[in-house]
This record gives sequence, C-alpha cells and structure tokens, in this order.
Amino acid sequence: MAETTPKLDELVQIDYRPPETPWMDTPVEFRRGTFCYSAAAKNLEYLGFPNPRDWQPSDEDWKLPENWREIILKAMEDRLKKFRSFRLFMDICVRCGACADKCHFYIGSGDPKNMPVLRAELIRSVYRRYFTRAGKMFGRLAGARDLTIDVLKEWFYYFYQCTECRRCSVFCPYGIDQAEITMIGRELLNEVGVNINWAVEPAANCFRTGNHLGVQPHGFKDSIDFAVDELEEITGVRVEVPIMKKGAEVLFIMPSADYFASPHYYTLLGYFLLFHHIGLDFTVSAYASEGGNFGLFISHEMMKRLNDKMYREAKRLGVKWILGGECGHMWRVVHQYMDTMNGPADFLEVPKSPITGTVFDHARSTKMVHICEFTADLIRHGKLKLDPSRNDHWNVTFHDSCNPSRAMGLLEEPRYILKTVCNHFHEMPENTIREQTFCCGSGAGLGTDENLEMRLRGGFPRANAVKYVHEKHGVNVLSCICAIDKATLPPLLEYFVPGVEVAGIHEFVGNALVMEGERERDTDLRGTPLVKAAQAEGDKEEPAHA
Amino acid sequence: MPIFEVNGRKYEVDEDGFLQDPSIWNEDVAKDFAKSEGIDELTDEHWKVIHYLRNYYLQYGIAPMIRKLCKETGFKLNKIYELFPSGPAKGACKLAGLPKPTGCV
Repeated sequence: MAETTPKLDELVQIDYRPPETPWMDTPVEFRRGTFCYSAAAKNLEYLGFPNPRDWQPSDEDWKLPENWREIILKAMEDRLKKFRSFRLFMDICVRCGACADKCHFYIGSGDPKNMPVLRAELIRSVYRRYFTRAGKMFGRLAGARDLTIDVLKEWFYYFYQCTECRRCSVFCPYGIDQAEITMIGRELLNEVGVNINWAVEPAANCFRTGNHLGVQPHGFKDSIDFAVDELEEITGVRVEVPIMKKGAEVLFIMPSADYFASPHYYTLLGYFLLFHHIGLDFTVSAYASEGGNFGLFISHEMMKRLNDKMYREAKRLGVKWILGGECGHMWRVVHQYMDTMNGPADFLEVPKSPITGTVFDHARSTKMVHICEFTADLIRHGKLKLDPSRNDHWNVTFHDSCNPSRAMGLLEEPRYILKTVCNHFHEMPENTIREQTFCCGSGAGLGTDENLEMRLRGGFPRANAVKYVHEKHGVNVLSCICAIDKATLPPLLEYFVPGVEVAGIHEFVGNALVMEGERERDTDLRGTPLVKAAQAEGDKEEPAHA
Repeated sequence: MPIFEVNGRKYEVDEDGFLQDPSIWNEDVAKDFAKSEGIDELTDEHWKVIHYLRNYYLQYGIAPMIRKLCKETGFKLNKIYELFPSGPAKGACKLAGLPKPTGCV
C-alpha cells in the first residue's frame, strides 16, 4: 500500500455532506491517490492520437492545443449526430435521484459529483450551453455553463472516477446508460490529448503485439509451454495446447493476464485441463492473444481497432467459431458493439459445441461463446467427470463481474458450474450480486497504483458484502470471471477482509476434473493440500505457491 | 520527466519511479534503486531474482509469468514479497530495470 493510502479507520469515515459552494462553483482538487497518471507521449504517438506531450493532471498547465474548446465542441457535435443514445441521454434525465446512491464511487467517497446524475450533468450543462436554445439564451438559469479549463479538468477527474460498470443504469427509470456518457466524455478528452496511461499503454501494446502486456510470440509460447509442463507435474497428464493451428475447430481467446499474473494463471491451467478432458479441437493465438479491450476505455474507434484483430485472426486460421475466456470488458464489446462495428462475422459458423451438439443461437451473429456457457452446457449433458470434494478446502462466493452480468446477462451459468464443482458455496446479499452487482472499483482502466485510494473507496461496497459472507458462512475465496477482478480484488480484500483469496471459476473446474490417466492428486492447482491429504498428514492448509 | 537522483547519479524515471530507458541498466542501478523500495542491502537472494528477471527480459522483451519467476528462482510468492516489499511486478521489476507491466495485472 502506498504511503498516501489512508488507514482503514480513516477511509471509512465517509462524509456525505455536500460542499457549501454550488457544484458549478466547486472546482476539482487533484489529490494524490484519487486520480490516474496521464498517458505517456510515446503511447499516443504509437496510436496516432492527438497532442502527445509530457504533462500530468496535477500540473496547472495541461499544454492543450490553442483551439481546444473548438475541437471539443466540434467533436461533441459530431457525436450528438452519430450516437442517438448520447443525444437522448443528454436530453431526458428528470433528476429523480434513483441513481444517486447506487454508484460505488459515491458510496465510498461521499463526493456528490460521483452521483451518476451529477456526473452526467457535468457534460449536460455544456451540451445545454452550446446545443440547446434555452441554454444559449438563459445560461446558468437553464442549467447551462461555459466550457472552461476548469470544466475540462472536472470532466477528466470524474470520467476517470467512473468504471463504466452500469449499476446505476439498472435503477434508472429511463434506462440512461452512464457508461455511454462516460465513454463519450473520455472520447472528447482524447481529442485534445487528455487521457490516462493505464488505458492507453495497454491499448498501444495490444495494437503492436496483440495483447495488453506487450508479450511477443516467443514469450507467449514460453508461457504456454511452462503451463503445460507444470500441469503435467501436478496431474501426471500431458495436455496439448496448439498455437496458431490452422483449421482447428475453435479459436480460444483469453485475457493476457491469464498467462502472466497470479491468481489468473490457475484459471489458465483449468481451461487447458478442460479442453484435454473433452478432446476439443482448439487453438490459441499469439496474435489474438488478448480478450480484453482497453479501447473501450478510450474511444469507439480504438475499441473497433482492437476488436478487429480477434476476428481477423479467426478468419486467417480458418476456425469455425471463437470461444472466449474469463474476461470482463471483452464481453461488453463483443455482445453490445462488435456486431455493428466489425460484424457480422459471417465468415465464421454459428457456434455449436462439438461435444454436446448444442447450438449457441444467441451468438449467431458474433460467433463468440463465453467459456462459462460452454462449460455449463458440458456439465448439463454429463460430459465431465468431476470430483467436487477436491474443492472442499474452499468455501466459495461469486462476484458477478460487471460486464458479463450486466452487458450479456451471464447470471446462471457461473453459479451452475460453481455449485457442481464445489460443495461449499454461499451467495452475498442479493442487492450486491447478479445485475445489481457492485464493481471491483478498478474497471475501465482505473486499476493502477497511483489511484489506489479511489479504488479502495470504489471497492468498499463489494468488500463489505464479502466481509458479510466471510463472517457469517466462513467464505474464504471470492470467485470471479474477469481478469481486472483477479488483479484488483486481492489488494482490496487484503485491505478490508484479510483471509479471503480470489480465484477464477475454471480454477475450481480444473481442481475437480478427474482426468484419464492422472496420478493421485494431493494438492489443488495452486498447490494447496486437498482436505484428505491435509488431514492425513496433519498439515496446515498453506498453499505451496503462496 | 521526473529525475531520480541518488548517490550522485541521475536517472530519468516514470511517475512510478521505473527506469525510462531499460537499456541503460547495470548492477549499480539495482543498488541505487533498492533504498527507494525499502531494501537496505541487496543479498544473494535479491540478486538471484534480479538477474533472472533481467535475463528473461533481454530474451523476451517482458517480465516472465509470476508463477514462472517463483518456480525458476525457487522462491514462493510470499518470499518474493519479503525480498521486494512492493512485490514481483512493482518492486523486483523496478530494480531489474524492467518497465512496469500494464493491463489486467
């Protein structure tokens, strides 16, 4: 934890009283720990983005182009014409306040500009001033204000204190999608070179090498080979993971963190065991080596550029359809944007499970199936040999990742899998799961260290729900299906609920899978002794890898 | 561009204190950066991790998987945290002159 991170007792003293000055007269204060660093010039240059330079949000002078206001207003005008959703969301809010206390950042910070209604008002006020008659004539009386440097800084601060999680829109009677407003806000800022490095560098890496981390093909192969070797040590079974095999039936695309970070890596092992278990004809690719799409956090255009490579590679390899791993934001892009951006992918076939014959009709256009749908279908048809007692040392709860749950409605499949492969499962309170799930607090490019205080504040409601099931039911692991979750929930839980681990669903699947020709397993995939082995040796349950 | 000044030497670093130009790394860099990571003295165990990371980076242009780092050095993850309090990506990589890994990590 950084030196500036407040102690737990301090952080939870949240002051919900609004400032005394009216919101339009309360400029933003860039306090360390609550904002992200600017994007490095080299990354903007690589992507051909405007205004690459050396600057930081805490600087007085942001080194904007002289005509920055004209650029933004022109860009806004373009988008009002192009995106009906944006125009609609600028016009229809009635300020009922249903969204106000639904945002995790508002709950954790008490800052009224984190109420979704007010976050949207930051940009609506400018819309009124330049694009509506009432706003042009009556100015502030009509809720309109000039676009000034202070307004621009406020946009940056609050559009990068929104994780585009869309919990607020579940409660909005008009269905206003705050994520779309934030996305346009970020897109406008991008036009004048105002963006954050934690979003732009992964996008630049992905554009160059095919993944956010910048792993090159020989590094990709090295990591996959390592995982195959280690799986053989753990299970005694040698699995095959073909890389860029032309003519394979399925292209499998996972988030790059799965073959880099922990605990993501144990999910990777689970995928490979599953594919071997069912004899799937699949391939992975060093080019389509990223499911995630940090373009979503920058602009529609960047999202489109990154999404394209997955389909281009599927076409090149001649696969029938694409299977996607435990990735969060990828599914928002695939499920809600891909079809009109780069689709329809009519060079692929409608996905059909070669094992069960199930046709995934809902993916008829995108040709991409979520691994939880795929695995749940295998279980439903009795195709997996499972020993759930191998997960008996885990007492599991499930965090619905924002995008698989709210953007594609993947609510039942993960639970169905977990309840089949684990004997101990408990839900968190109902207003914190499924479509009402609370964000990890670090999505949409905000999962970086300099922003840790804000991440902890944003993750507070989620951590609070975990604490509840930890104390009530003895839950010791939070499962999830998003790589950002797997990276950012561990420090969140270490801060609020020590003693609860984080894991992917396919790690538990991998633990439970009884493989043909396997040796007797005495640990799970992360090296924790199994309950019977631990009892036999009187051992403590300390993971061998911890 | 921030400058990190130590033992009479100046380094261009990013906002997180990572070396801007990984190619100028040598063992003095690791020694110079150690204090900023809360490490008083670099032991053989530190060097084992640093050299492994450095060699992997020269070959692959990126840090290795965390699990691979643990296995190849023989140190469990909590031991790596003992050696480098900010962890393998932020602490050990910084001393080995690697860029900070980005993305869902």
